[in-house]
Amino acid sequence: MNSNITSQSVLILTSAEEKSVIVIDAPDDSFVQMIKRTGGPNLQSCYQCGTCSGSCPAGVRTNFLVRGIIRKALLGLKEQCISAPELWYCTTCYTCTDRCPQDVKPTDVIKAIRNIAVAEGYMLVPHQKVALKVLETGHAVPLDKESWENLRESVGIERVPPNASGHPEAIEEIRKIAKKTGFDKLIEAKEEEQ
Amino acid sequence: MGKKSFYHFLGCIIPHRYPSVEKAVKLVFEDLGMGLLDMEGATCCPAPGVFGSFDRITWATIAARNLTIAEAGGYPITTGCNGCFASLWDANYELKHDEELREAVNENLAEIDREFKGTIEVWHYVDALYSHVGLEKIREKVTRPFKGVRMALHPGCHWMRPKILKQKDDSERPHIFREICETSGAEYVPYKDELICCGAGGAVRTADLKISLGFTKQKFDSLIEAGGADMMITPCPFCQLQLDAGQVEIQKLYEEEYTLDILHVVELLALAFGHEPEEFGLKTHLQYMQRKTEPNWERLGLEVKLT
Repeated sequence: MNSNITSQSVLILTSAEEKSVIVIDAPDDSFVQMIKRTGGPNLQSCYQCGTCSGSCPAGVRTNFLVRGIIRKALLGLKEQCISAPELWYCTTCYTCTDRCPQDVKPTDVIKAIRNIAVAEGYMLVPHQKVALKVLETGHAVPLDKESWENLRESVGIERVPPNASGHPEAIEEIRKIAKKTGFDKLIEAKEEEQ
Repeated sequence: MGKKSFYHFLGCIIPHRYPSVEKAVKLVFEDLGMGLLDMEGATCCPAPGVFGSFDRITWATIAARNLTIAEAGGYPITTGCNGCFASLWDANYELKHDEELREAVNENLAEIDREFKGTIEVWHYVDALYSHVGLEKIREKVTRPFKGVRMALHPGCHWMRPKILKQKDDSERPHIFREICETSGAEYVPYKDELICCGAGGAVRTADLKISLGFTKQKFDSLIEAGGADMMITPCPFCQLQLDAGQVEIQKLYEEEYTLDILHVVELLALAFGHEPEEFGLKTHLQYMQRKTEPNWERLGLEVKLT
């Protein structure tokens, strides 16, 4: 079979090509067990109703399909799950979690899969940069220009707030935490790849 | 009885991008007789969808460090950001209920001579206003009602979801945030996509700005379809950034122009309580700064001061 039947003007969302058969002689559930540790106990209760994807504002505009990711996870297709770029289109709005009839907690499942992805080296460069900012300034959105201090002054409050922006020792504590958890290494590894 | 006081968790976006919200909440809480205490050395919450997506233990440890600052002083925390609320509330909840996580986090905190004890609560400004003050007392303070001003709402996600865990409001038919906003006297305008996410969360704004703004645009189009509004109110500065500065970004990326005034709920209340926009710098919202415009004074029912 080929996919020439679609005209050029039509956006191809699916293909008519045959997909390779997913062969699972001995289902490997180690990935499922990893996810369940923080993604909730009910992952294996999913009956693929699609309420999650039907509720998903990211799924409307991207190829992010919560139901599909959960199905792949259940089939033990770890690499496909953690390497999928669309894994990062979930805004964690929790609408699926509020509606899932099986209490799967799909948002927590996605976050658990993201944790595994990051641990195995799948981290987007802009995400790595945000993480670095927190280690450097104590804040993901830092007070990094004089103009921001001027803005504060113009509304009648002190130029530097009482948060980590004015407390270098607080930033030092964040660095120590990142060193202890190995988070600094996760970011480092990515930098070397660039 | 002494006045109710909270540790004020600022986070990143309020103090570093929307300082008008920081000033407005000080005015509003003072008017309502509540104290806000500085949280010296608090850091990023850290962003729940970002750090929580990267490494749960690091996320929980940094959040716990922030919680220990409040524990040391013995006051509950209040924050005006849905994201900060999610991180601090979730971490506080998980650390109180998950022995394994608490052990791991406290082992990390020992490095910096801190320990999570689980002795305080975390509240959103919305909780402080609704549960600690009450609608009646808020209404009593309103001296400049927004009569005839049509108000759309963007409640955002992380204060009320996941609903089983948070137990704040019915996330499919929420009413608490609306009732607080309605004390201002403005007329609530429903629209179909009121409850969808602004698009900024979960590290999506960082990963793909255009896709994240697609959510925002959908909300604006849905509001226009419902007849439009004079302003939109949100309880979250990250949503505010996305909805406010996002209009400038949408114009660049989608070539569509929206000019809707976006106010944080404490800015709405500051105005309703009779404070002038200049008192907290309403004009400093990024949308106006970047476009070199001003709030739509007439639509907001506010008098233009000639300076």
